[in-house]
Amino acid sequence: MKIIVCVKQVPDTSGKVAVNPDGTLNRASMAAITNPDDLNAVEAALVLKEQTGAELIVVSMGPPPAEGMLREVMARGVDRAILVSAREFGGSDTYATSQILAAAIDKIGVEKDDIVMCGRQAIDGDTAQVGPQIAEKLGLPQVSYAAEITKEGDTLTVKRMLEDGYMTIKVKTPCLITCIKELNTPRYMSVGGVFECYSKPYEIFDYNTLKDHPFIDKNTIGLSGSPTNILTSFTPPQKGAGMMLEGADRNTCDTLAGILAKKHLI
Amino acid sequence: MSTFNSSDVAAFKGGVWVFCEQRQGSMMPTSFELISEGRKLADELGTKLYGILLGEGIEGIAKELGGYGADGVYVCDHPLLKNYTTDGYTKVICDVIEEYKPEIMLIGATNIGRDLGPRCAARLHTGLCADCTHLDVDMGIYKDFLKENSTLAPERIEATNSAVVLGEKHDVSRDLKMTRPAFGGHLMASIICPRFRPAMATVRPGVMKKAAFDQAKADACEIIKPQFSLTADDMKTEVVEVVKAAKKLVDLIGADVVVSVGRGISKDVEGGIKLAEELAEVLGGVVGGSRATIDSGWLSADHQVGQTGKTVHPKIYVALGISGAIQHKAGMQDSECIIAVNKNDTAPIFEIADYGICGDLFKVTPLLIEAIKAAKAAK
Ligand SMILES: Cc1cc2nc3c(=O)[nH]c(=O)nc-3n(C[C@H](O)[C@H](O)[C@H](O)COP(=O)(O)OP(=O)(O)OC[C@H]3O[C@@H](n4cnc5c(N)ncnc54)[C@H](O)[C@@H]3O)c2cc1C
Ligand SMILES: Nc1ncnc2c1ncn2[C@@H]1O[C@H](COP(=O)(O)O)[C@@H](O)[C@H]1O
Repeated sequence: MKIIVCVKQVPDTSGKVAVNPDGTLNRASMAAITNPDDLNAVEAALVLKEQTGAELIVVSMGPPPAEGMLREVMARGVDRAILVSAREFGGSDTYATSQILAAAIDKIGVEKDDIVMCGRQAIDGDTAQVGPQIAEKLGLPQVSYAAEITKEGDTLTVKRMLEDGYMTIKVKTPCLITCIKELNTPRYMSVGGVFECYSKPYEIFDYNTLKDHPFIDKNTIGLSGSPTNILTSFTPPQKGAGMMLEGADRNTCDTLAGILAKKHLI
Repeated sequence: MSTFNSSDVAAFKGGVWVFCEQRQGSMMPTSFELISEGRKLADELGTKLYGILLGEGIEGIAKELGGYGADGVYVCDHPLLKNYTTDGYTKVICDVIEEYKPEIMLIGATNIGRDLGPRCAARLHTGLCADCTHLDVDMGIYKDFLKENSTLAPERIEATNSAVVLGEKHDVSRDLKMTRPAFGGHLMASIICPRFRPAMATVRPGVMKKAAFDQAKADACEIIKPQFSLTADDMKTEVVEVVKAAKKLVDLIGADVVVSVGRGISKDVEGGIKLAEELAEVLGGVVGGSRATIDSGWLSADHQVGQTGKTVHPKIYVALGISGAIQHKAGMQDSECIIAVNKNDTAPIFEIADYGICGDLFKVTPLLIEAIKAAKAAK
């Protein structure tokens, strides 16, 4: 049994974000982190590995510096890491990204007992599309928004969150699950793990590794294979600063209440 | 891999479609919002607007969609469609789309829509733009939108008529321009899907405005029952149960007034929430919160306002002890009137607040409640 987890390195958008004059993101100015939801997926996979003895593999598509992130997740207990990286893969939208990741996962091989896991969404694009699109391309059933996973034999029972409650879903392996932060609290790297992570298997799948896979075609990968294009990107204007009311006493509050009444807001 | 490749864009003459999500036989509010928005797009394209509704025994709720602008509704009724499943819904929707060939397909960006949308887009081999907050076809209207909502220079905006697609100049005047926030709301991007159809978008609930209901249009709405096949063999997942949250969820999206609290209530969480509830009550609204309050477990997740929470545009939004991180602003900056109380006068929330009070929320809020009561009484 194998569990394959897709992890992505993303810019940390929680702090200050610098934008270049041309409207693109100044990635160099931002720290690179492992996408938060993906760490929940890794944690869920580690728990399943402890229960079943499964082999745990992480796959990431991105530029070579993502190796550092992959070593870190190996230090948490992942067995093997694969970086999918080639100039030809650059410029991919979610369709093309999932096409390439599906090819890489297919090359690793998805067998009857196996599970593929993703984070729900990556904080850079916030699309939540890559997981379901990989599942479709690999012909796997999917369960997204997983907040609880239990495994019995070849059946997973998943609590799938909705805005107004949840669904309990049963699905047989092989399948793909996307994970949300409610699922668990990711563990830290262990000292032994940090020591070992550099001796664990680390591979790069480049264009040559994947080029003969039927999914890989210039019409389905990279910029030319992406059905969507960016027409414009821009920064929103700051709403004009409003009025700071003097003081913080009853008078101030009366002034404000008066304005609201005059504007028919109350 | 699907062999269906829709590069014959011109063949997609089936109009604008909206996936009309229902749960347990009730229409999700976002379906009405998207029908209203879809009407605008269909008019800009000079084409028709249809809903597509899946479920069991749901024909009775279809015609109401006409009242918000749908010319017709494709109703797919089947016992296996009773509950949402990725397999069942994807199969039926993709089969019907391949048959009737819509030009545009809109889906509410709910937890269900964001499961269904990517699966369908991958099967149909077309583009999907996630969680859109603005949609246009007409170039004039789109440019006006950019003028008002971007920092782009006017010349840049005027020149936005084409895109380079596969090395060639492509006229974008009939493409759906799908605008959405990215990188935590720091950047906005307008996406097009020039080479494939339908152009698909999931649209954030609560953002598009619902049109006024028109009974005559509802009565005139055409019901279409497309052929499709679905058997138990198509279903790879089994829904064991569907559980509605026991406690009442706050209806942030529809509220006229939202009073939100942030980490600023930390020294007395219960007291802070109580003050917010009291203020919400005198203003006739509901309580919301920043992500910090949800992550700390002070409020349940359905209270969260912001990029990963809900987008609200109430008449009055009050932010009590909220710093105003860009992800929070993303969900409330279009409120009609924003009032912020924060003890730090450099808090970013004051940059977008119409009225700011620099002070301790525990002192200011009770005074504000009194002042509003007095002002209402004096009316
Ligand atoms: C990918 C991503 C998505 C996110 N999505 C969201 C989202 O959807 N919604 C969201 O809200 N956040 C979101 N965030 C988090 C966001 O970046 C902020 O961390 C969060 O909004 C901060 O909440 P806060 O303002 O309550 O807390 P803080 O930033 O800690 O601010 C507390 C404020 O209270 C003030 N204060 C303290 N005591 C008092 C007092 N007694 N009286 C008055 N003022 C007081 C302080 O001056 C301070 O300004 C997201 C972050 C990321 C990375
Ligand atoms: N480049 C990538 N490499 C590996 N996994 C990815 C990549 N992009 C997306 N994913 C996976 O797909 C999930 C959803 O991403 P997104 O659709 O971009 O929001 C992420 O949480 C990851 O698990």
